[in-house]
Amino acid sequence: MKAVILGAGPAGVTAAETIRAHNPKARITLVGDEPHPPYGRMAIPYLLSGRIDEAGTHLRADPDHYRNLGITLKTGRALGLDAKARTLALEKGELAYDALLIATGAKPVKPKIKGLNLPGVHHCWTLADARAIAALARKGEPVVLMGAGFIGTIILEALALRGVSLTVVEQADRMVPRMMDAKAGALLKRWCQAQGVKVLTGTSIAGVEKGPKGLAVTLSTGKTIPAALLVVAAGVAPNIGFLKGSGVKAKQGLLVDAHLETSLPGIFAAGDVAQGLDFTTGALAVNAIQPGAVAQGRLAGLNMAGERVADRGQLAMNVLDTLGLVSASFGAWDGVDGGWRSAALDRDNFRYTRLEFLGDRLVGANLVGIGPHVGMVRGLIETGTRLGAWAKTLKRDPNRLPEAYVATLAGRRD
Amino acid sequence: MQRSLMIEPVKCTGCKQCEMACSMTHEGVFNPARSRIRVFEFHAEARFVPYTCTQCAQAWCQQACPVEAISVDAATGAKVVKEARCVGCKVCTIACPFGTVNYVRATGKVAKCDLCGGDPACAKACPTQAITYVDSDWTGLERMRAWAAKATATA
Amino acid sequence: MGWAGKILRVDLAKGSCTPEPLNAKWAAEYLGQRGLASKYLATEIDPKVDPLSPANKLIFATGPLTGTAASTGGRYSVITKGPLTGAIACSNSGGYWGPELKNAGWDMIIFEGKAKKPVYLFLEDDRAELVPAGDLWGQTVWATEAAIRAKHQDPQIRVSAIGKAGEMGVMFACIVNDQHRAAGRSGVGAVMGSKNLKAVAVRGSQGVRVRDAKAFFEATTKGKATLAANPVTGQGLTTYGTNILMNVINEVGALPTRNHRDVQFEGARKISAEAMHEKRPTDGKANLVHNQACFGCTIACGRMSQLDKGHFTVVNRPQYWGASGGLEYENAWSLGAAAGIDDLEALTFANFLCNEHGIDPISFGATLGAAMELYDMGVITTKETGGIELKFGSAQALATLVELTGKAEGFGKELGLGSKRLCAKYGHPELSMSVKGQEFPAYDSRGIQGMGLTYATSNRGACHLRSYTVASEVLGTPVKTDPLATEGKAALVKAFQDATAAVDSSGLCVFTTFGWTLDDIAPQIDAALPGGWTTQRLLDVGERVWNLERQFNLAAGLTAKDDTLPKRLLTEPAKTGPAKGKVNELGKMLPEYYELRGWSKDGVPNKDTLKRLGL
Ligand SMILES: Cc1cc2nc3c(=O)[nH]c(=O)nc-3n(C[C@H](O)[C@H](O)[C@H](O)COP(=O)(O)OP(=O)(O)OC[C@H]3O[C@@H](n4cnc5c(N)ncnc54)[C@H](O)[C@@H]3O)c2cc1C
Ligand code: SF4
Repeated sequence: MKAVILGAGPAGVTAAETIRAHNPKARITLVGDEPHPPYGRMAIPYLLSGRIDEAGTHLRADPDHYRNLGITLKTGRALGLDAKARTLALEKGELAYDALLIATGAKPVKPKIKGLNLPGVHHCWTLADARAIAALARKGEPVVLMGAGFIGTIILEALALRGVSLTVVEQADRMVPRMMDAKAGALLKRWCQAQGVKVLTGTSIAGVEKGPKGLAVTLSTGKTIPAALLVVAAGVAPNIGFLKGSGVKAKQGLLVDAHLETSLPGIFAAGDVAQGLDFTTGALAVNAIQPGAVAQGRLAGLNMAGERVADRGQLAMNVLDTLGLVSASFGAWDGVDGGWRSAALDRDNFRYTRLEFLGDRLVGANLVGIGPHVGMVRGLIETGTRLGAWAKTLKRDPNRLPEAYVATLAGRRD
Repeated sequence: MQRSLMIEPVKCTGCKQCEMACSMTHEGVFNPARSRIRVFEFHAEARFVPYTCTQCAQAWCQQACPVEAISVDAATGAKVVKEARCVGCKVCTIACPFGTVNYVRATGKVAKCDLCGGDPACAKACPTQAITYVDSDWTGLERMRAWAAKATATA
Repeated sequence: MGWAGKILRVDLAKGSCTPEPLNAKWAAEYLGQRGLASKYLATEIDPKVDPLSPANKLIFATGPLTGTAASTGGRYSVITKGPLTGAIACSNSGGYWGPELKNAGWDMIIFEGKAKKPVYLFLEDDRAELVPAGDLWGQTVWATEAAIRAKHQDPQIRVSAIGKAGEMGVMFACIVNDQHRAAGRSGVGAVMGSKNLKAVAVRGSQGVRVRDAKAFFEATTKGKATLAANPVTGQGLTTYGTNILMNVINEVGALPTRNHRDVQFEGARKISAEAMHEKRPTDGKANLVHNQACFGCTIACGRMSQLDKGHFTVVNRPQYWGASGGLEYENAWSLGAAAGIDDLEALTFANFLCNEHGIDPISFGATLGAAMELYDMGVITTKETGGIELKFGSAQALATLVELTGKAEGFGKELGLGSKRLCAKYGHPELSMSVKGQEFPAYDSRGIQGMGLTYATSNRGACHLRSYTVASEVLGTPVKTDPLATEGKAALVKAFQDATAAVDSSGLCVFTTFGWTLDDIAPQIDAALPGGWTTQRLLDVGERVWNLERQFNLAAGLTAKDDTLPKRLLTEPAKTGPAKGKVNELGKMLPEYYELRGWSKDGVPNKDTLKRLGL
């Protein structure tokens, strides 16, 4: 079997390894379009804050890892797909496959705002971006970050740790609006401000021009602020342009079934590029997160290797550390119809726990200033464990979730 | 034969010797807050439940890690955090559906049970044999793992 | 190293929390916990202060082994001037609270003054904060713990709190942590209440270090093996708890019954440890559901009991249907035999409520026994009790009054005075079975002579935990002595007193001494601390502590006259059992004791003694 995996991010690498584990004979080619060994984007913030070097971002530490597994690494960009002929067109040459995984991830979007092509404006998405940012984000320099979504907020920390004078501009009414409710978002904002980061919510960037510090950023309020660097983190879009006309169906991302197969047989998709089953809603959604990319990559690999294993859906979940304040969100954190909630808020101490239930089952959570055993939230949601009397206890005190977990799941082993 | 920690809550008295042994072994101090095994107390049921990583086959934590900071100890099957590689992103802490990988603020990294390289300090310290290190077949862990496989979304 | 090296001083009037270094010189002389905190107290307060005035101080103190893996290394003590006795008070508690304080990086907390409004202290590692407790005032100990954990969103916070009894000044109010572990005696809870301090909530993650981890591991491992091999600490206490003594002490004829009218209780079997194990005919379940260890304890004598849901005490009260702290011997005695009650379930219920409301079951039960005698004599009638028939043996009266006393309501308020004040109020001071105002525990000194001397000389009033000569006189550890003899008892008591004072200053539990001598303990302390710790040094610490406490009491106005027993024990012979016809012969033992202690005939430490001890 010739397996071609397009995209050498976490989804692609995991898929390649999974195929190898189940099929020692398959010819596996892993294609990426960046000139580095496969790496994890989400390690970039730690590269920027100096915690690791570039090698530290590599998905696999051993340089011989792929060779040892008999996985051929290839650098090249895909330009098109001929599904009938089962060939992939690369910039240089073609690649024939029996099974294809599209794991091309996403790319950052550039809003239509004047001046975003000026030097000094960067995304924070690739190692190349990281190098450019590192060169400009020097101690004390004024830096503006556009967007305080999940990824923007992670970048926020990396920039702040570099000691720049940071202003974050978010057009929504709060930070991380798609992962945190208003209370949690407000806590994060107040925390960041207390750490010396300026956070402007409900504000957008109207335009960018050259300025004395390099750039001059004009806000929707009319005010103009100087910047040596503007980092744009205003959302991402799946890398599907090259599939135009190929017949692979797409909406926001490539539509896949429970076996991670696209509308065309033999062509699979996983990771940020895929629009797959969402655990909470049962609908197809793009869940652009690392653990989801890995899980889908693994499932796609299994199915490509002939093991028919179905996805029960990916649970949307995030964990975030903003300058020491750790927060997380899971599943239906904003609640579901007919459900109920238990919440506890301690503004002074930056603690917030919000659990969402349907009947006596946990379906979602928003947590700020989290305690130990946070993964139990995932366990309870995905197992659909009936909490019985513990639901009442959690209604009184949502922070007793770990006890509820152990009592209902793990504690009953004897 | 691979060995695993067998936990029998019925025998546990809640003395926390395991927590102290764990933190002393790994951190050089007695500090239950840093123990990778935790004894849950259910007073109203007069029940104490030591709880830690089962070294599950799925290895959610290992898979989720973006920088290969978690690997399998070939000798014990334990999923082990390499502190030097861990960047502290915490993805493993939410990926582990058992909640047994925890972020440690003091180090900026995560910590989890590593079976002490095959000689678990908690089992040695337990005065009532509520924690023993035995052949995996004995532990009922397979059941636990099966649960993990069935219950969690992707398997 | 062993010590955290840091104490927290909380000025409740000012609302300030100030860290300060531990006095290293004193620590070297007094070790920790009981000894060291007593040194601080004796130095800082005027012994004559009114215990319930702002001028009194309240110290929560751990020992150097608290929070370590030494078996039972989980104790803390509350040291203050006790309202029940007017003497120095030091009440010791287990559970998990003490280690949490140590783990937060503190050896002790000293509370001074009085808060203007109710507060609790929240301590999270280095962060200390006085939090308004208006909404908690009037709440039970249990509700307080739940509320504080919910408020700070951390179910692992450990809480040490008072109930309404402490707020209302019940003279034997205690301080309860971990639901059913208490700094029980001498009314330390009333002192806390008088300061408007509802609770001390702690969460620690700093870790406890020892000087030589390897040596410590070896010494503590050896110590644990010794405890495990000992029949008392390895089996008896683990399986049956302390209440294994119920039948034993009854046999010996030293089980005080009906306010010490009798020395044997016909219902003893029904309230014994054996009975706790038996299946109830009513619901087919045993009273005892499990044992529980305190932090670090490899003995695990703690009992967890569950009530018969159909029992009259709880029939419509599901909040008491879960398991909670079950009967220890002292409580089974005080709530049972002391008032002639043999209903195990009622005793267990009363025990739950003592914990929930924060009252000392020993003093409560003994005071109830005294009140029942007054009722029996017609001195107290249903008019005073508000209709409650205060008959010896009445489980109903026990159940009603434990709640009223816990809440300081109705006749419970009267009981809350303690037996000394209650009996005096009703014109019969001689019926208070107490020394220095503190009620006796569960050993009648007519049947166990050494305990008479123990009680009479105990620095905190009648107490078994100051020198548990029962170990020798009944159980035969470390050597068997005749319980009815007085010879050699003075020396025995002194030896026990000094050793116990050292153990109480270490962070360990005194129950280890069923299996350990100081020779077993010294290497463990030595491995934890700098400076070299031998058995002899520990004995010196113990003796120093004892004399320091004595000096405090003398300065507080107590004299040799207070080193005595109630008339009943000195003049009314035991009616039955091996001690039949015996009274306690304190007069034969006391002078010898003073002499052995190096004290004058009036019980005042000689100059030489003080000098030898560096006092
Ligand atoms: C700064 C930052 C921080 C993040 N932090 C977190 C976090 O904390 N937690 C979390 O869960 N997620 C985080 N993420 C998101 C996470 O990194 C992604 O969800 C994850 O990388 C998706 O993996 P993937 O394999 O699907 O795609 P990618 O990692 O994007 O990999 C796709 C690969 O395909 C290649 N490619 C794309 N198009 C082509 C083409 N036409 N031809 C050939 N190759 C192509 C790309 O170059 C890339 O190598 C972060 C992302 C960033 C940028
Ligand atoms: S926190 Fe460390 S071990 Fe966990 S996923 Fe991130 S890098 Fe890997």
